[in-house]
Amino acid sequence: MNIVVTVKQIPDPNVAPQLDGNRLKRTGVAGVLDPGDEFGVEAGLQIAAAHGGEVTVVSMGPAQAMEAVRKALSMGATKGVLVSDDALQGSDALHTARVLAEAIKNTGFDLIISGVESTDGYTGVVPQMIASILDIPSATFAKSIEINGDTVKINRQTEKGYDEVEVQMPCVITVTAGVNEPRYPSFKGIVEAKKKPVDEPGSPVAGESTSQNVESVNDAPQRGAGEVVEDDGSGAAKIADFLAQAKVI
Amino acid sequence: MSLSPEHEEFRKVVRAFADREVRPKAAYYDERAEFPTDVILACGEQGFLGLPIPERYGGAGADYLSYLICVEELARVDPSVAITVEAHTSLVCNLLYHFGTEDQKTRWLTPLAAGKKIGAFALTEPGAGSDAGGTQTSAREDGDDYVINGAKMFITNSGTDISLLAIATARMADGQISAFIVPVGTPGFEIGRKLRKIGWHASDTRELAFTDCRVPKHNLLGESGKGFNQFLAQLDDGRIAIAALAVGQAQGCLDECLRYVAERRQFGRPIGSFQAIQFKLADMATKIHHAKLAVYHAGNLRQNGDPFKIEASMTKLFATEMAVDIAREAVQVHGGYGFIEEFPVARFYRDSKVLEIGEGTSEVQRIIIARQLGLDPGLR
Repeated sequence: MNIVVTVKQIPDPNVAPQLDGNRLKRTGVAGVLDPGDEFGVEAGLQIAAAHGGEVTVVSMGPAQAMEAVRKALSMGATKGVLVSDDALQGSDALHTARVLAEAIKNTGFDLIISGVESTDGYTGVVPQMIASILDIPSATFAKSIEINGDTVKINRQTEKGYDEVEVQMPCVITVTAGVNEPRYPSFKGIVEAKKKPVDEPGSPVAGESTSQNVESVNDAPQRGAGEVVEDDGSGAAKIADFLAQAKVI
Repeated sequence: MSLSPEHEEFRKVVRAFADREVRPKAAYYDERAEFPTDVILACGEQGFLGLPIPERYGGAGADYLSYLICVEELARVDPSVAITVEAHTSLVCNLLYHFGTEDQKTRWLTPLAAGKKIGAFALTEPGAGSDAGGTQTSAREDGDDYVINGAKMFITNSGTDISLLAIATARMADGQISAFIVPVGTPGFEIGRKLRKIGWHASDTRELAFTDCRVPKHNLLGESGKGFNQFLAQLDDGRIAIAALAVGQAQGCLDECLRYVAERRQFGRPIGSFQAIQFKLADMATKIHHAKLAVYHAGNLRQNGDPFKIEASMTKLFATEMAVDIAREAVQVHGGYGFIEEFPVARFYRDSKVLEIGEGTSEVQRIIIARQLGLDPGLR
């Protein structure tokens, strides 16, 4: 089975983000493999281990995004593709999906796994767009994945619980943070990752990289002060009311 | 100090592991003086209990520098976990790997290096500490067995649920000291009570007693009568690792101080804005930097097969005394809060003192260094 996992390097979330104009600065800042993508890589590795096949990680980003690709390889992926092209700077979600879909098509695929959304842009639409461009089904928000022949069954996380969804391969699956526990790379894995093949094509897609223009960037509004409730014996009930109002319970 | 990009990458992995899997439980196990079996087995699953051991013997097939990095990063959050890994690796796996027969390696090293079990090295005795040559424990031949009698003291990793064996030194009939693999459960091998210590609460430290304890002859480790000198040579390995542990713990102290001085306000300002505090932290960072350079310099010598005896002792001496100083200063920076157990620096402070004692006291290190300088220490 050819399992493709899409990965992205994001600026280290533990460091205050810097802007480059109205866009997030991505080069020359400390980057990490998007923590959300680690679940995708782990899911791919587990499926490959259980059902045979290999895992290819596909990424788009500046040259330094190679670090994120290597991290995924050090976890155990077989090979990588990093599409790096100056013309792709500032790509919007749709163009990113076009580029990744083309790169994935060139790699060959039976199953494509992505994180639900990136931890920097949070558009959460790229995987579905890839599925649409490749004309294959997608099943999203998987909190578990089961493979039976060429059928993929997932438990799809919902607000109330989960739905059981079945799709035929080839397909796109997006995984939530609860789907598994990503492994830590071993020292040997880190050393071997340097020797694994990574294809670095230029952009396989021509045309404008974005139809969007970011007009301005504003700070998130400060969170207001909380309400202080003195516990006169009715504290528990008040907490329950508050949670019910917030529709948490 | 030259660490490869792969080593730096590995450091990030161990740090992430330590932050997620070790740090949240450190205070819990320390408070209860309970051995953190789950944490150690998790270390084992990551290959951290056999980093420098080849894969054919269950190890991770990594190298000595990655092992030092691992000990350093674990100590940054929990020195008890770090010393468990260190004693197991430097003293037990290392000795089995260097001196074990093929059968011994297959049978005993493999489960240890694979991280399923841990091992103890039983050298020190109630009456033989720095003077390890004063070993009183005896081993006499009897048919196909050796019969061991005697007592051992301060033995790390000896009485946990996952302890597999002790490597015990004992004096043979000819007066020479040899070492023996004594599996847990061997009749006559009594694992004593857990010792109450001022630090390293979560590490397992015990007294052991051997009473007519029979082990088969093939449990002799290394060449008969040469064990002692062979082992002393290997102890240099452990000294660098203890220095790495000291550097990690000192860094943990500095991390805590940096966090605290930004939050703690006195006289209307964060205390980190006072130069008296800034100078303390600047001194800490400088000392840690230099100790770390020494650790990885000695580690590189060891890894490359170059002589490193004097460097190992100098590094152990410098790094451990530094770690004790820094733990004391870290408590001072925290003021009254440093003296209560809610703050990790209190634990680091208690954990620090033993660093100047275990695996060769500061005084023993000075003797070794003086000898390496060609001086006659006057010991006969």
